[in-house]
Amino acid sequence: MRRESTNSNGIGPCSLHGPIFPEWRNHILLKQAKSRRELPLHLMLLPGVLLVVIFSYIPMTGIVIAFQQFNPVKGLFGDQEFVGLANFEYVFSLPNIWQVVWNTISIAVMKIISGLFVPIVISLLLNELRHVLFKRITQTIIYFPYFLSWVILSGILIDILSPTTGLVNMVITALGLDPLYFLGDNKWFPFTMVASDVWKNFGFNTVLYLAAITSIDPSLYEAAEIDGANRWKQTWHVTLPGIQSVIILLTVLSLGSVLEAGFDQIFNMYSPQVYESGDIIDTMVYRMGLLQSQYSASTAVGLLKSGVSLLLISVSYYTAYRLFRYRVF
Amino acid sequence: MSRQVTIGQRIFNIFNVILLTAAAVICIVPFIHIVAVSFSNAAAVQGGMVKFWPVNFTAEPYRYVLEREEFWLSFGITLQRVAIGAIVNIFLVIVLSYPLSKSVEKLRTRTLYVWFFFFTLLFNGGLVPNYLLVKELGLLNSIWALVLPGAVPVFSIILMLNFFREIPEELEDAAFVDGASHWRILFQVYVPLSLPAVATISLFAIVFHWNMWFDGLIYMKSDKYPLQTYLQTIVSAFQNISILSNTELMRLANLNDRSIKAAQLIIGALPVLLVYPYLQKYFVTGIKLGGVKG
Repeated sequence: MRRESTNSNGIGPCSLHGPIFPEWRNHILLKQAKSRRELPLHLMLLPGVLLVVIFSYIPMTGIVIAFQQFNPVKGLFGDQEFVGLANFEYVFSLPNIWQVVWNTISIAVMKIISGLFVPIVISLLLNELRHVLFKRITQTIIYFPYFLSWVILSGILIDILSPTTGLVNMVITALGLDPLYFLGDNKWFPFTMVASDVWKNFGFNTVLYLAAITSIDPSLYEAAEIDGANRWKQTWHVTLPGIQSVIILLTVLSLGSVLEAGFDQIFNMYSPQVYESGDIIDTMVYRMGLLQSQYSASTAVGLLKSGVSLLLISVSYYTAYRLFRYRVF
Repeated sequence: MSRQVTIGQRIFNIFNVILLTAAAVICIVPFIHIVAVSFSNAAAVQGGMVKFWPVNFTAEPYRYVLEREEFWLSFGITLQRVAIGAIVNIFLVIVLSYPLSKSVEKLRTRTLYVWFFFFTLLFNGGLVPNYLLVKELGLLNSIWALVLPGAVPVFSIILMLNFFREIPEELEDAAFVDGASHWRILFQVYVPLSLPAVATISLFAIVFHWNMWFDGLIYMKSDKYPLQTYLQTIVSAFQNISILSNTELMRLANLNDRSIKAAQLIIGALPVLLVYPYLQKYFVTGIKLGGVKG
């Protein structure tokens, strides 16, 4: 506003040689004071910015490796030979590539769907509980696995799922059935991954939905009760619509993880005999890149995945913003 | 308010309690079983007699684990990374969230900065470029390879800056009029008012560094593995079946491979178990702060 008024007086921001009106001088002083106020803020951001440049943005430029015949001797910033799309052609000529893509998407999508469904059901059931102590104990127990690493959880699962000595198969054989090789049979491996992922994570998401449920206005339930709605109808017509936006929001946001089948989990539980059903893009990138030193091909696969993920995440965040004005920051 | 409980409701309540109990049991029973195995005698474990309570109680597996030098070496590395890593994380989250929580009027380039940090969540260079960078910086086999690449936890920053934004701006302005600098305002006004959020991000940082294993696997040599990486090489038995099974000592001590693994898993999970009450306390706050509001 101030600047406009000075402009209308014929004294533009550039006319520093002209007479300085008090109003204009105030403006400069204000600006100086403001930038003096801003400088410490920039300094606070500096260390973080540098670290992110070095450890996030420089590796992003490293994606050029995907277009090179990478020679590790010359290094990341060396003068490498460019080969165009040859690495991508090589990757798509691999016999198992589409199987790996399919494994990734199918495991990820199954995880997304069951990871949405189970917590909603459990949180609705928990909400119906009258007994406060029982409710609290259950809540406490169900999200314990969430905080442990997949190394620990895989160790436990490998033990209890063992076909010979495992607890689960002891139960199965006691029922007169044949033991199942959950982690060694291609038929079972993907479902074991989905089920154990739900096992680890459902408690966390349950608490999240419960928080949404408790923020529903209690007068809505009272009104429903006066109208003669039983508990089931209250759940259907009050609770579910009350958390509908959270459900849709999380569904939309989960779109971005269609290519995230869970490296930590699968890497710790798979073996060559279940590559057919359990090898995913991330485990393939790891084996190609760090075990077989096919740096360029591995980067090419990784780049394709990051690119598609970026697109999906952007679409999902944009949708979430358009639908709910959802913003991360 | 008195309420008539119908038969249908009563049946539902019983069914509900049974189902939720089952869910809780599924979550806790594997841990109980592993604890039982870790405290059981080799013959009992071998014979498949151990279910939910130790059979022929023995602490021998733990003694065996705790006498191994590799265990203590990796434990030391983990303590280092948790201490250094968490302090670096917490400091950076606090110091970065403060300017990022300012309005555009107070920090004109705010939006640019926020996108600069946020973009790292959307896209990354991938495994090979990250590995090569750490290698070329000469950080391989150094504790800094485990601290610096993850030094700026963007999720925690989002949580923290959302918390800072709830603090009335008048407090800052008043402190500023009294002559306080931004640093003083941050550490004497904002941080004391944000202790629950600071506790949340601290716990996240500690648990993150305790649990992280993959960077140890790719950046460190096996004599400098952090505990979780060391456990990983033992636990993912398919690749490394030979590490323990041929040890002569084991036969001498009449130990079972499963019990030893179980004991190591329990030790690896123990610290998380110890901070669990705190995790729980700050956890819901954390989610709510995280921006997911109904």
